[in-house]
Amino acid sequence: MTPFTGTGRLVRLALRRDRIQLPSWLVGLSLILWVTVSSIVGFYPGEAERVRLAMTSAHSPVTLMTNGLVSGASLGATVMTQAFVSLAVGAALMSILAVVRHTRQNEETGRAEMIGAGIVGRDASLTAALITVALANLVLVAASVLVLVASGLPLGGSVLCGLGIGAVGLAFAAIAAVTAQIAETSRGANALAVAALGIAFVLRAVGDASGKVIDGGLSVVSAWPTWLSPIGWGQQSRAFDRDQWWVLGILALFVVVLVSGAFVLASRRDLGAGMRAVRPGRPAAAPALLSPSGLAWRLHRGVLIGWAAGVAVLGASYGGVADEISEMLSDSPEIAQYFEQLGGASLTDTFFAVTMSVAGIAAAAYAVQATLRMRSEEAAGRVEPLLGTAVSRPRWMAANIGVVALGTLVLMVVAGVTAGVVYGLVVGDVGSNVTTLIGAALVQVPAALVLAGVAVAAFGLLPRWAAAISWASFAACLVVLQLGVILDLPQAVLDLSPFTHVPAAPAEDATALPLFALLTAAVALTAVGITAFRRRDLALP
Amino acid sequence: MTPAISTSGLVKTFGSTLALDGLDLTVDAGEVHGFLGPNGAGKSTTIRVLLGLLRSDAGTATVLGGDPWQDAVALHRRLAYVPGEVNLWPNLTGGEAIDLLGALRGGLDPKRRTQLLERFDLDPTKKCRAYSKGNRQKVAVVAAFASDVELYLLDEPTSGLDPLMDAVFRECVREAKDVGKTILLSSHVLAEVEALADRVTIIRRGVSVESGTLGELRHLTRTSISVETGRPITGLAELPGVHDLIMDSDQARFDVDTVYVGGVLRHVAQFDVRTLTSTPPTLEELFLRHYGDELAREPSEPAGT
Ligand SMILES: Nc1ncnc2c1ncn2[C@@H]1O[C@H](COP(=O)(O)OP(=O)(O)O)[C@@H](O)[C@H]1O
Ligand SMILES: [Mg+2]
Repeated sequence: MTPFTGTGRLVRLALRRDRIQLPSWLVGLSLILWVTVSSIVGFYPGEAERVRLAMTSAHSPVTLMTNGLVSGASLGATVMTQAFVSLAVGAALMSILAVVRHTRQNEETGRAEMIGAGIVGRDASLTAALITVALANLVLVAASVLVLVASGLPLGGSVLCGLGIGAVGLAFAAIAAVTAQIAETSRGANALAVAALGIAFVLRAVGDASGKVIDGGLSVVSAWPTWLSPIGWGQQSRAFDRDQWWVLGILALFVVVLVSGAFVLASRRDLGAGMRAVRPGRPAAAPALLSPSGLAWRLHRGVLIGWAAGVAVLGASYGGVADEISEMLSDSPEIAQYFEQLGGASLTDTFFAVTMSVAGIAAAAYAVQATLRMRSEEAAGRVEPLLGTAVSRPRWMAANIGVVALGTLVLMVVAGVTAGVVYGLVVGDVGSNVTTLIGAALVQVPAALVLAGVAVAAFGLLPRWAAAISWASFAACLVVLQLGVILDLPQAVLDLSPFTHVPAAPAEDATALPLFALLTAAVALTAVGITAFRRRDLALP
Repeated sequence: MTPAISTSGLVKTFGSTLALDGLDLTVDAGEVHGFLGPNGAGKSTTIRVLLGLLRSDAGTATVLGGDPWQDAVALHRRLAYVPGEVNLWPNLTGGEAIDLLGALRGGLDPKRRTQLLERFDLDPTKKCRAYSKGNRQKVAVVAAFASDVELYLLDEPTSGLDPLMDAVFRECVREAKDVGKTILLSSHVLAEVEALADRVTIIRRGVSVESGTLGELRHLTRTSISVETGRPITGLAELPGVHDLIMDSDQARFDVDTVYVGGVLRHVAQFDVRTLTSTPPTLEELFLRHYGDELAREPSEPAGT
C-alpha cells in the first residue's frame, strides 16, 4: 500500500458529496462572467467609449482598488479590468471551502477515521481533496474560455484570462491545504484561509491604487504590494493586452511550494489534531460563561477577533495610501476637476466613502456568518441540551443576535479608527479624522444588520435552507452594488439591496431617514425569525 | 396524587413518518418509570415533546402539572434532561459544560458535583471535543444529578457507558428515588429497566402496548421449566398453557404461560421429581412476544422502523 492508495475512490466520493455545491459555484461564476461581458459589449461597443472608461478607471484609485488595474482599452482588456478580480475571488472562495470540507471537516465529523480504517493511504485524503478542487477549477477555466470566445474575444487572451482565474483558485486551494493542517477546526481553517484571501485582496488593492499611470492613461504599472498577492499575479497576465503568460509560472510555483508544505505538515501531526498541542482547560466555568449571552460570546469570540483583525488591516492600509493617492491625482487637474464635478466632494472623502463601503460589506459578511451560527449549533444538536434547561427560545436567540449586532458595530468602529489613525498620522491630524471616519463607518451598520435580519428570519422559517438563503441574499446585494450601474438595473431592483440606501459618508452627508428605515427592516426581520422559531419544532441532527 | 407526567393520545408526525400514534403514558410522582421500546419506537420523540422541544400534532401532555410547550421555561427549572445523543461545545471543557447546564437550569450543588465527577471518573479539564460518546454522556448525567430537581428525564443514558459506570449510574438513580425524585428512564436495554424500574411502559411504533409493574407484566410472559423425573411424564402436552415441549424419557423441557405454572407443577409433582429448574421471565421475552411474534406475522415490514 502506498501513501496514495484509495485516492481515486476518495475523489469519486468527494465529487458525489459535492454534486450540488461545486456545480452551483461553477454555474454562478460563469453567469457573472457572461453577464459582465455582455453588458460591456452592450454599453461600450466602440473603441472611443472604452478608451474613456479606461482612462477614468486608471485615474480613479477607487476603481483601481475594487476592480484592479487597467491595461488597454480593447473589449477583452475592459473585461479583464471589470471582471477578473471578482471571478478570481469567487474561484478562491470555492476552492478554500472545498479543500477544507474534504480534509479538516472530514476529520472533525469522524468520516476521515472511517476512511482511514479502510484501505486508503495516509496522504490519500489531502491528495483527493486537491484533485477534486483542481478538477473544479479546470471546469471553471473551460467555462470562462467558452464564455469569452463565444463573446467574440480572441482565443489566446481568453485562454490566458481563464487560466489566470483557475490558477488563483488553485493558489487558494493550496493555502487552504496548509491552513487545514494548522487549525484544529474546519471553522478555524476556513477563517485562516479567508483571512489570507482578504490580505491578498488588500495588497493588490494598495499596489494597484498606488501604481503609475502610463500610456496616456491606458495602462497602469502596479506598485510592489500587488506582486505579493496571488490575485495580483493573476491580473498581471494582462490578457488581451500584453499577454504575459509567464505570471502563470509564478502561480504554479506558489502552488507547488504550498502543497508540498501541506504534505510535510500533514505527516507531522495526528489525525484530528492540529499543530498546536492540547492543554488541559478550566475544571470549572468562570461566572461570565454562565448565561446565554456568556455562552454566545464565547462561541462567537474567535470569529469576531478574526474579522476585526482583517478589517483593521483593511482600514490601516486604505488609510495609509489615501493621502498619497489624492496628491497623485491633484497632479492632474482635469481628473481632480472631474471628481469634484461628480459629487462636489473632495477626492479623499470619496476615497474614504468607498473604503467604508468595502468595510461595510465585510461587516455584513461577518453578520451573516455569525447569525448562521445559530443554525449550525442547532444542526449539530447543541441547542437541544440548552433548551432543555430553563432558557427560553427567544432568550437564546436574543443572546446570539445581541453578540452579532455588537460585533458588527465593533468591526465598523475598528475600520473607522484604524483608517482615521493611520491617515491622521500621515497628514498630522489624528483627532478630527478619527471622529469623521468613525461616523462614516457607523452608517454602514444598519445595512449589515438587515442582512443579519434576513438570516434570522430564514433560520426561523426555513432552517434547512437558512445558509443558502442568507448567502444568496448577500451575494445578490453585492452584485447589485458592484454591477448595478453597469447592468443598468431598474431603480426598484437597486432599492431592494440595503447597500443602495447607505449614504456615501464622508463624501456625502448622512441623513437619518434611510438609516432608520434600514434599522426598522432589520428589527422586523429579526422579530419574524424569533416568532417563527418559537413556533416550530427544534430541528434535530 | 397527580402524576408527574401524563400524556394521552399523543400524535407526532415527521413528514410521512408517524413517530407517535396516540401515545398514552403516565408516570407517578416518586417512581422510577421504565420507558421501553426498540430503536425508532418513539421514545426520544416522546421525551422531546415532554420538554417542549417538539410540538405534538394531537393529544395532550402534562408535566409536573404544566403544559410542556407553553410553560417550558418554568418546568425546566424543576427537571433535568439527559439527551440520548449528548452534543457539547467542542471548545468548552467538560467542567465548563457541567456548570453551564447546571446554572442555566437554576444552579447546581458544588459538593455533589465534585462527588459525582469522582464517582464517574470524569476529567473536567478536558475539552469536550476530546471526549468519547460515553464521556459526553457522563457530562450530561453529572450535570443532571448535581441539580436539585423534582423530575429526571433520561433518554437511554447508559448507551455509551461501560459496565462499571453503568453500576455507578444505577446507584445515582436509586439515591434520587430514595429522596423522592421522579425518574423517567428510556431504554432498549432490558436488564437496566429490570434492575431499576418500579413500573414500565412498553412502546412500539409510537403506541404504548403495555404498562404496569414488572410483576403485572410478567403475566404476559412464559416461564421456562426443565425437569428430571423418576417416571416419564404423561399428559403434559395436553395441559393448558404448555408450549414447545421437548420430552426425553425421564427429562422434559417446556415453556409455560406464567398464569398456568401452578397447575402444571401440580401435574408434574405426580411423576417423582428429581430436579427442577425454572427460568423466570425476562423483559427480553416480553419484547419477543410483542415484537418478535408480530414481526414474524408481518414479514413485509421493513426492519428498523
Ligand atoms: N427529527 C426527525 N425527523 C424525521 N423523523 C424523525 C425525527 N425524529 C424521529 N424521527 C422518526 O420518528 C421515529 C421515532 O424516533 P425516535 O423517537 O428517535 O425513536 P427512539 O428514541 O425510540 O429510538 C423514527 O422512525 C424516526 O426515524
Ligand atoms: Mg432515541
